Amino acid sequence: MAIAGLAAVPQQSHRPHGWRRWLFATNHKDIGSLYLWFAFCMFLVGGVLALCIRAELFRPGLQFFQPELFNQLTTLHGLIMVFGAIMPAFTGLANWMLPLMIGAPDMAFARMNNWSFWLLPPAMALLLLSFVVPGGAAAAGWTLYAPLSVQLGMGMDLTIFAIHILGVSSIMGAINIVVTIINLRAPGMGMMKMPMFAWASLITAYLIIAVMPVLAGAVTMVLTDRHFGTHFFNAAGGGDPILYQHVFWFFGHPEVYIMALPAFGIVSQVIPTFARKPLFGYTSMVYATSSIGVLSFMVWAHHMFVTGMPATAQLFFMYATMLIAVPTGVKVFNWIATMWEGSMSFETPMLFAIGFILLFTIGGLSGVTLSVAAVDVQLHGSYYVVAHFHYVLVAGALFSLFSAVYYWFPKMTGRMYVERLGQLHFWWSLLWFNVTFFPMHFLGLAGMPRRIPDYALQFTQFNQIASVGAFMFGLGQLIFLVNILYSLRHGKTAAQQPWEGGNTLEWRLPTPAPYHSFSEAPQLDVAENGVVVAMQGGKHG
Amino acid sequence: MSCRYMPGSTAASSLFVSTAIEAQVAAINLQAPATSLARLEYDLHSMLLLVTGGIFLLVLAVMLYAIVRHRKSAGHAAKLFHENTTVEIIWTIIPLLILLLIAWPATQAVLNQKSTRGEELTIKITGYQWKWRYDYLDDNFGFMSHLATPAAAIAGTVAKPLNYLLEVDEPLVVPTGRKVRLLLTANDVIHSWWVPQLGIKQDAIPGFLRDAWFMVDRPGIYRGQCSELCGKDHGFMPIVVDARSPEDYEHWRAARLKQAAASADDPTRVWTLAALRERGEKVYGQNCIPCHQANGRGIPGSFPALDGSPVVNGDKAGHINIVLNGSQKNPAMQAWGKQLSDTDIAAVISYERNAWGNHTGQLVQPAEIRAARTGAAS
Repeated sequence: MAIAGLAAVPQQSHRPHGWRRWLFATNHKDIGSLYLWFAFCMFLVGGVLALCIRAELFRPGLQFFQPELFNQLTTLHGLIMVFGAIMPAFTGLANWMLPLMIGAPDMAFARMNNWSFWLLPPAMALLLLSFVVPGGAAAAGWTLYAPLSVQLGMGMDLTIFAIHILGVSSIMGAINIVVTIINLRAPGMGMMKMPMFAWASLITAYLIIAVMPVLAGAVTMVLTDRHFGTHFFNAAGGGDPILYQHVFWFFGHPEVYIMALPAFGIVSQVIPTFARKPLFGYTSMVYATSSIGVLSFMVWAHHMFVTGMPATAQLFFMYATMLIAVPTGVKVFNWIATMWEGSMSFETPMLFAIGFILLFTIGGLSGVTLSVAAVDVQLHGSYYVVAHFHYVLVAGALFSLFSAVYYWFPKMTGRMYVERLGQLHFWWSLLWFNVTFFPMHFLGLAGMPRRIPDYALQFTQFNQIASVGAFMFGLGQLIFLVNILYSLRHGKTAAQQPWEGGNTLEWRLPTPAPYHSFSEAPQLDVAENGVVVAMQGGKHG
Repeated sequence: MSCRYMPGSTAASSLFVSTAIEAQVAAINLQAPATSLARLEYDLHSMLLLVTGGIFLLVLAVMLYAIVRHRKSAGHAAKLFHENTTVEIIWTIIPLLILLLIAWPATQAVLNQKSTRGEELTIKITGYQWKWRYDYLDDNFGFMSHLATPAAAIAGTVAKPLNYLLEVDEPLVVPTGRKVRLLLTANDVIHSWWVPQLGIKQDAIPGFLRDAWFMVDRPGIYRGQCSELCGKDHGFMPIVVDARSPEDYEHWRAARLKQAAASADDPTRVWTLAALRERGEKVYGQNCIPCHQANGRGIPGSFPALDGSPVVNGDKAGHINIVLNGSQKNPAMQAWGKQLSDTDIAAVISYERNAWGNHTGQLVQPAEIRAARTGAAS
């Protein structure tokens, strides 16, 4: 019902109905909606796992979960949020919005698109199912470090299989994005003119194609170590446990940017719209995003500063990591320069975008602190790291996703969301996010390791604050759900251009976007960041 | 040294009291450094906090100014500039310069952490699921260090002690003012040896040796924890370092050497069942309880029950084999032959065969274990 509502588009004859519309979906808007709803469901599932973790950590001692189950909760929370929530949500947005923003009729490979989405539910089902197999779900953390992951029960095998499927899904989704952007731009939409969201999606897609096979390789080696007598990670057989970490983080660090670059893209669309001013430094934004993409392949071992690498390796990875701060800083400065001397208004998408800049900056700066190898010796594996990456992923990826959904909701559905509820959702999330995660910096500095089900007494106060914050933050996401469900049916009818400053191509379409848009490509005259100066032709339906 | 480790018994008692008081207040910064490395890390972190904090405040201030002044509701009209190469170059160069300033002391610190030469004492640290072993390589003795917090305190049926989860039966004892070199490895999975006040965190990797060093400034008790997820009881394998003045350390060392000589078991001794069971129960408590549980029922699905188990109630040779060499089927069952003495293995097997609902009445003598070991070797 809700899915049908989100894609409530004018009736057209050549469109499948009922369940066939979704199972056999080839329309990028339908597939985008599927992705977004799926990601939101997984966000709720992963969130419930997080609340289980915070409930256990509310007090010292073991209250609700035995340690082995606790480890399963942290592992699955990470895997579900990364592969089930954030990545599909960005792919869903790219599916929905890219063709509209660059003037393409659909994604390049419509049937493959269907397959990329429909691989996700079985993969996630395998992950969730693993809770009930003998030995329970994977319990080695989302990083699945060998040799611990070699020891675990069959839940680990299900996890490996799920990761293989997820990898295939992401790679197909990424190929589709690359081909769509390279081949299907409308005449006049030059590469150096297209929206930053398209640039960010393009670079992200390349990163996915490059590193998902690496992850598949890492977990396959675990699989053969587990069952087929190989010794990739067993020193007794000539292997090396640290090899796993090198391979994993060669995937893992670009993965961080797979979850961050699309966020940069979204914010680069939202800020100019609500500042009523073009994006500052478009060209340098493109180069900064590309150089972040390239640098992301050269910093993986900063996750391994305490494995005992030689000094030269420590230093190389420290310098390379510090260097990433420069292009990232350029982006933040560019966004602020875009706001500077603008004529800003603060609707919900803008609030989430500003919240993103503020909190992502905190996450970035704690990242600089972590990059200094000598200091990382104290912080590695502690709650400081937990604080750091939640500032990057929750305040970064998630806030940008909320910003995007509020921003494009009118175009997708033809209705406005309830602004007051949106504002409440933002302020509520901002407050409780910080109550949850800021104290974790203190916990980590004071010496609390991450991934422990029970802790020493001096960590009690901040853990209690964090647990209260987490439950309130979780509760606040229901505001979002209520807002969306209500607005799908009863929201005010949206104008073609609901945002005064919105001047990229998608705002030239009728609202809601027709089921088949740009079936005939328009002739465009485009300024930087996809700003449409003039448009001719372009048929829909 | 089998009693719970009580800090009052050391020369560091006065220092301990002050630590205890500090522990009552929620700390928001790194723990007080007790080595030159920890001080280096502390100062570097303070510097970074100032620099990054300053940058954040600057960004926040500019953004807030724009939010307040450049808003539509304040009647501000947008100026449509969108490029300025000079500004872009400036805000690329300045962060680079700041990073260079950070990189200099950061490089010095890394090189310092890595210079493990010139040691006066070498200790080998081995991580086990879920305990630590310390071997004093110069003196040829060593011991296991287990969590000392009782299970009842974790379950909440008795009050939690002051150093809940940060107390062990046998701490690592080191002299102050001497450069101690650590050699770290692990028996099963990767662990990480972290003592914040000593400024050390180093992974212990099975099959590989890594090194680290520290020189403690002042006598005291320094507590830490394993910081690499290593399975079920990752949160329950603390580290306690007892740093003593060189004289106190020498006293302790002499006593330890004597004790080591005296307690070496005679592997040819013939034991009675009662004596073996008593010793076996202790060995079981230190090594087997995390998986097989105090009631011998294990954890269904993960760790098999010993109570009523066909292996435990069956042929002695099969039971000895699995304890000595581990399980092929389930890698979580380690090869205990590498960590426990013949007597300890004989004791724990005898205990298991005559505990809970198992009533084989059989006992296993240390000599049988030795025979099984040599049999396996040949």
